[in-house]
Amino acid sequence: MPTKKLTLEKKQKIQGWIFLAPAALLILIMSFWPIIQALLMSFQSGTGSAMTWATPIIKNYASIFKDSIFLTSMGNTFFYLIGEVPIMLILALICAQLLNQPNLRFKGIFRTCIFLPCATSLVAYSLIFRTLFANDGLVNVLLCNLHILSEPYAFLQHGFSARVVIILALIWRWTGYNMVFFLAGLQGIDGSVYEAADIDGANTFQKFIHMTVPLLRSTITTCAIMSINGTLQLFDESVNLTSGGPGNASITMSHYIYNRCFDGVANFGYACACSFVILILVAILSMIQNKVGDTRD
Amino acid sequence: MTKQKKPIKWGNVGMYAFLILASFLSVFPLYWMAIASTNTSNAVLSGTLLPGTYLLENLKSLTSNYDVVNAMWNSFRYAALQTLLSLLICSLAGYGFEVFHDKHKDRLMAVIMLAMMIPQVAIMVPLFKMMSGWGFLNKAVGFILPALSTPFLIMLFRSNARTFPVDIIDAARVDGVSEVGIFFKMFMPVMKSTYAAAMTITFMNAWNAYLWPKVIMTKTTAMTMPMLISNMTSGYMTDYGMLMLGVLLCSLPTIIIFFLLQKSFANGIAGAVK
Repeated sequence: MPTKKLTLEKKQKIQGWIFLAPAALLILIMSFWPIIQALLMSFQSGTGSAMTWATPIIKNYASIFKDSIFLTSMGNTFFYLIGEVPIMLILALICAQLLNQPNLRFKGIFRTCIFLPCATSLVAYSLIFRTLFANDGLVNVLLCNLHILSEPYAFLQHGFSARVVIILALIWRWTGYNMVFFLAGLQGIDGSVYEAADIDGANTFQKFIHMTVPLLRSTITTCAIMSINGTLQLFDESVNLTSGGPGNASITMSHYIYNRCFDGVANFGYACACSFVILILVAILSMIQNKVGDTRD
Repeated sequence: MTKQKKPIKWGNVGMYAFLILASFLSVFPLYWMAIASTNTSNAVLSGTLLPGTYLLENLKSLTSNYDVVNAMWNSFRYAALQTLLSLLICSLAGYGFEVFHDKHKDRLMAVIMLAMMIPQVAIMVPLFKMMSGWGFLNKAVGFILPALSTPFLIMLFRSNARTFPVDIIDAARVDGVSEVGIFFKMFMPVMKSTYAAAMTITFMNAWNAYLWPKVIMTKTTAMTMPMLISNMTSGYMTDYGMLMLGVLLCSLPTIIIFFLLQKSFANGIAGAVK
């Protein structure tokens, strides 16, 4: 009977909503509601329950561009972005390409080794790198013993080298992670394409540039976007590896915003305004991602 | 005169050299961490690369200075609870979005995906205020609530639910099995590998979380393991042997999971971009 069927379908639809309700409500309360509050707070000044509307209303946003530390943190974040993401993605692609060679031996061991850094927490690896690059740490001991340096170099006490150490650490932690995406992508490619290239006498480098990279373009885009998103929100490394120092030479945006909230005189409204800078950057990124996705479909 | 030798392929040599170097560089810092945890601080600084005999002393000074057992237990408790509930909530939603999908639900999914763009630091203060208003500071529930439902996991379950045959669902409905029954008795057992992938990802994320616990866990007794090791460098002199033992203890659970469930982990992180 048609009427009975309709009610059954309706019943199923309602049951479907019950399946999603907990997850959807949680996201609403734990993500969307707080971001609306953060937006309101970004127009307020004061702390705790005594927050009032700022005068003028855009005061917090106006001070962002006069805040040299925030601008430094933004510069640092972009430095990490430009220094880390391309090198890491290229290394991950090379590793994936090599691990996908059909005649390679010890494949599993290599893959496990390169993937292993992903198992460590961000705080843990930050502390390992902090110790390795300390004034009296292993890197200095080795460089001195090999007579590359005549005396230990204070990597973490110089702004530029501190930032470079953060980039090295990031590359170490995330190359294997991205490699996994590329390996999954490569496994989706028909092996006969590469066999045909072998017959034509293409070498590994040619196969890499002319086949792997174009075939994995959408995966590379996804990984790039994810890495950029992650780098824009970098926090654990800045806090634990360099403590943002020397001075504020290696501090990231998230670290600075955290400090404005919980270190010294709290200024929630201003911190929220700063965090919207990150949100806008991430939003622009997502828009680019959608654009790139659209042209492919 | 000479035996017929196979010509050496220099390309292959380069390939193996590259992979060996990459593997070595990937593993070395972790090897060094394990070695350092068995040596005195001075031995660590003189650049020793061999295991020492100081492990128990490091453990003694670590446990006498910091409440490691409590921090490990906290981390485990929060992570296990988050994993359990998160998997349930997100798999229900992923299943719901796929099996009962219609125009409205697809639209809702698109809205949920927008939450991925929200940076953690942006909502940290409002969330902190909410949690303290509800009395959830320093409690497991405060730790897990913001992370229970994630667009990533919902997406992972939704895309994997696509492989669950509709015929089975229809047949079960004809047999009078309730929708909830189909989910728990049929979907869950079939989707074991997806659950394993989601579990490794969620547990690792929860165990490794740092920013949010740092905000909400204001008491030392509620501290997690990453917070504890992070505090170990704040003193005047750092005991590197002890520090590296702390780092090792903090990394051990996730490294064990990594070795046991490497495949699931890989499937988990690559799974949502299918």
